[in-house]
Amino acid sequence: MSRERETISGARGLDRDEALSFEQDSPGRSGVDLPPVPDAPDRLGDLRRKDAIGLPGLAEPQVVRHFVRLSRMNYAIDYGLYPLGSCTMKHNPRLNERLARLPGIGDVHPMQPQSTTQGVLRLMSELAHWLTELTGMATVAMTPGAGAQGEMCGMMAIRAAHEARGEPRKRVLVPESAHGTNPATAAICGYEVDSIPSTADGRVDMAAFEAKLGPDVAGLMLTNPNTCGLFERDIIRIAELIHGIGGYFYCDGANFNAIVGKVRPGDLGIDAMHINLHKTFSTPHGGGGPGSGPVVFSEALAPYAPLPKVIERNGAFELVEQEDGPRVGRMKGFHGQFGMFVRALAYMQSHGRDGLKQVAEDAVLNANYVMAKLQDLLPPAFPGPCMHEVLVSDKGLDGTGIETMDLAKALIDEGYHPMTVYFPLIVHGAMLIEPTETETRQTLDDFIAVMRGLVEQAKAGEAEYFKEAPTMTPRRRLDETLAARKPVLRWVPDVPLADAAE
Amino acid sequence: MRYLPQTPDDRAAMLSAIGVASIDDLFSDVPSAVLNAPIDSLPDHQGEMAVERYFQGFARQNLSPASAPCFIGAGAYHHHIPATVDHLIQRSEFLTSYTPYQPEISQGTLQYLFEFQTQVAMLTGMDVANASMYDGATATSEAVLMAHRITKRKKSIISGRLHPHYRETTETLLRFTPYDLEVRDPVIGGQGGLEEAIDKDTACVVVQNPDVFGEFKDLTALAEACHAQGALLIVAVTEVVSLGLVTPPGAMGADIVTAEGQSLGVPLSFGGPHVGLFACRQKYVRQMPGRLAGETLDADGKRGYVLTLNAREQHIRREKATSNICTNAGLCALAFCIHVTLLGEAGITGLAEVNHRTASLLADRLTALPDVKLLTRRFFNEFALDIGRPAEPVVEALAALGILGGVPASRLFPGEPSLENVLLVAATETVTVADIDRLVTAMQEVSA
Repeated sequence: MSRERETISGARGLDRDEALSFEQDSPGRSGVDLPPVPDAPDRLGDLRRKDAIGLPGLAEPQVVRHFVRLSRMNYAIDYGLYPLGSCTMKHNPRLNERLARLPGIGDVHPMQPQSTTQGVLRLMSELAHWLTELTGMATVAMTPGAGAQGEMCGMMAIRAAHEARGEPRKRVLVPESAHGTNPATAAICGYEVDSIPSTADGRVDMAAFEAKLGPDVAGLMLTNPNTCGLFERDIIRIAELIHGIGGYFYCDGANFNAIVGKVRPGDLGIDAMHINLHKTFSTPHGGGGPGSGPVVFSEALAPYAPLPKVIERNGAFELVEQEDGPRVGRMKGFHGQFGMFVRALAYMQSHGRDGLKQVAEDAVLNANYVMAKLQDLLPPAFPGPCMHEVLVSDKGLDGTGIETMDLAKALIDEGYHPMTVYFPLIVHGAMLIEPTETETRQTLDDFIAVMRGLVEQAKAGEAEYFKEAPTMTPRRRLDETLAARKPVLRWVPDVPLADAAE
Repeated sequence: MRYLPQTPDDRAAMLSAIGVASIDDLFSDVPSAVLNAPIDSLPDHQGEMAVERYFQGFARQNLSPASAPCFIGAGAYHHHIPATVDHLIQRSEFLTSYTPYQPEISQGTLQYLFEFQTQVAMLTGMDVANASMYDGATATSEAVLMAHRITKRKKSIISGRLHPHYRETTETLLRFTPYDLEVRDPVIGGQGGLEEAIDKDTACVVVQNPDVFGEFKDLTALAEACHAQGALLIVAVTEVVSLGLVTPPGAMGADIVTAEGQSLGVPLSFGGPHVGLFACRQKYVRQMPGRLAGETLDADGKRGYVLTLNAREQHIRREKATSNICTNAGLCALAFCIHVTLLGEAGITGLAEVNHRTASLLADRLTALPDVKLLTRRFFNEFALDIGRPAEPVVEALAALGILGGVPASRLFPGEPSLENVLLVAATETVTVADIDRLVTAMQEVSA
């Protein structure tokens, strides 16, 4: 094959490596021209920096090329299907980017006098209205930085509510299928985590749940639809039971995309739920953030929602930053991930309530379609219908010598980002496939054909290729053990990796 | 709906392939009483032009620092962002990718995170840095928790001149832990007896440098006092451009450095998203929170990058993780990384010098006014003034004249009557001599 031919440069057409910026240094070069230094006295004296920082010098054309070349080594939603379960990788509208950058929106300083920020405060108030209406909840705390901080905010409100009643409790019930952030959050809030097992149909084991209830249970953390992609049929009963012992119901809202506009969490008896604006409401994932995780609260927990909050008084909007009371304290600097609020509100305005309902329906339709078209080769871990994502075990690969990870890596060679693998932990070799509503039937058919083809190749005994895959990417499989055993976490001049790894 | 590609025909064919009659058959697990509850208070979908008009309405109601001289700092700074930064971060492959869980098709993200970590370590003068946190305040709170993990001690001492948002965020994170915070009073100048408060129960001391009133200090003696008792020194930096010009915290003996990176490449955006920087000594790396990109080799022996030391993180360790956070500030870290790469060594030191001298000029001009006293002796680009009258109405009066004249200390420290007349003023490279003239003239007008 001509692909194997070595080139002089090492590049393969459009595919080329890129050195670190630090390896492209030309001292004195810069990509920025600065204004003149004003004539004024120095006020730092002997505390001026004495040593060089070590940053490289590059001019603007080099910097542009550097980052454009890096960008070409990434997969992206804008490039193709990104069926990463529980991450809701949907299309990110560019209108939202434009609006977040409007002068008077993107550049407003958080500490300006409030008389000069009425527009951004009204925008926050509008978004809060959408969030409480869509969820049927009493109020919303806008500030949490992302989902995990939203969970922390919600669980702290639960603990504050118990303490206000003079009965701090010890245990939080968390299904064993939960995201890792759930138990980590409960621990930060000072709770013991008590795991609830799942039933054979992928839902909370009601008998085990009831058996664990007691006066020391502060609450329940449950994802709904759950991490197996299923709606918890008994959710209203679950809420009644947890309320019956004086506990609160925290819902991980990571999977809200399946029910937005169709079901209001408030109608299910939920007391607190975070909403990942970067999932359901399309704010870009940006290679791992920034996210935004507002938390909606029921009447019972509303008094504990953290500040700041926006209120309307006599026709003016006011940012309340201080107030006495039992509230959870400040979650982060300033007033929340405002830039993400702009994008999320633009998404909501574009879809409207009718479009959002269609979002949930198409997301669920697409996932069920994938399930239906794969089930003879890759049977679902639990019987359907599923919600916005379908969970498959590795049973379809039995006897092939090929594991879930190998199938995922072969998908990369086929031009797809793999699904989420090995999560949730309760299913062997789990593959969690979330196509989202912004994919066409044709895209799904193409993906289904590839998945079927790969499973058939696996069954035909092509294990050797699968273990090698991916073979057509900028890098082949990377040695994670080497990375962890002797961590190299920064560039250091003149120390080759071979020496550092000794 | 422009974002939803399925046609009615597609939907019908897909339902048929699935073997159900209607879409609500797929929602059969939802109790029927709660399915399809009408949401009357919200509007229906709108086209792009209508949505754009709606947002123009919000934009018009704010005074933009692009159209008003801006002297506001207090933890967020109005800097120029090169066009290249905003263009590059909107490349689809950066903007619309996820956390690099599949490293073979995420080398772009992983390599810039590795470069970002290197830049942060160099600027702070530390050994290693992580791949970012939500912001400076949350980074600082996580640093305190980390110090407790390392020292297994009970108490932390928080300087009274730490930005109140950082202090409050730390109080929130520690509220339900067994750890105590000893918070000092916000007194301008002096070290406030921090050294004497350190004892064998102290896990860490947290100071901001320059502090919230702008004062820049030599922390070497404080670091020694911490280390003599086995405590860690955590230094928070809210204006990261200062690191281009000042002795970095690492050179003063800091054990953990946290910073707000917004000043380099990230828009103000009414306070978020910004980007938290987190750096520490090599020996503490396994106690760090957050994601880390590390160098390794691929199956062909080529250099590449992966997320590493995952055994610290929630998706592996669950309730025993070093932090509960998952998403960080990837795209803001990229903006920071691009801006720092554009600046380079010469650019960042030059940018810092322009900031410093502009603020120095501003201080000279303002203190020439009657009744205005400079309270900060050694500063970078922000300082505190006693203006001889309550600062808040002065700031409002300046805003009415189209000038963003600073932050009244009373907004940060409500209930501190001694700070009522204190105004925090900052000047970045965006401030011109004409802007300074306008502020000085306006200050005279509003004081008349």
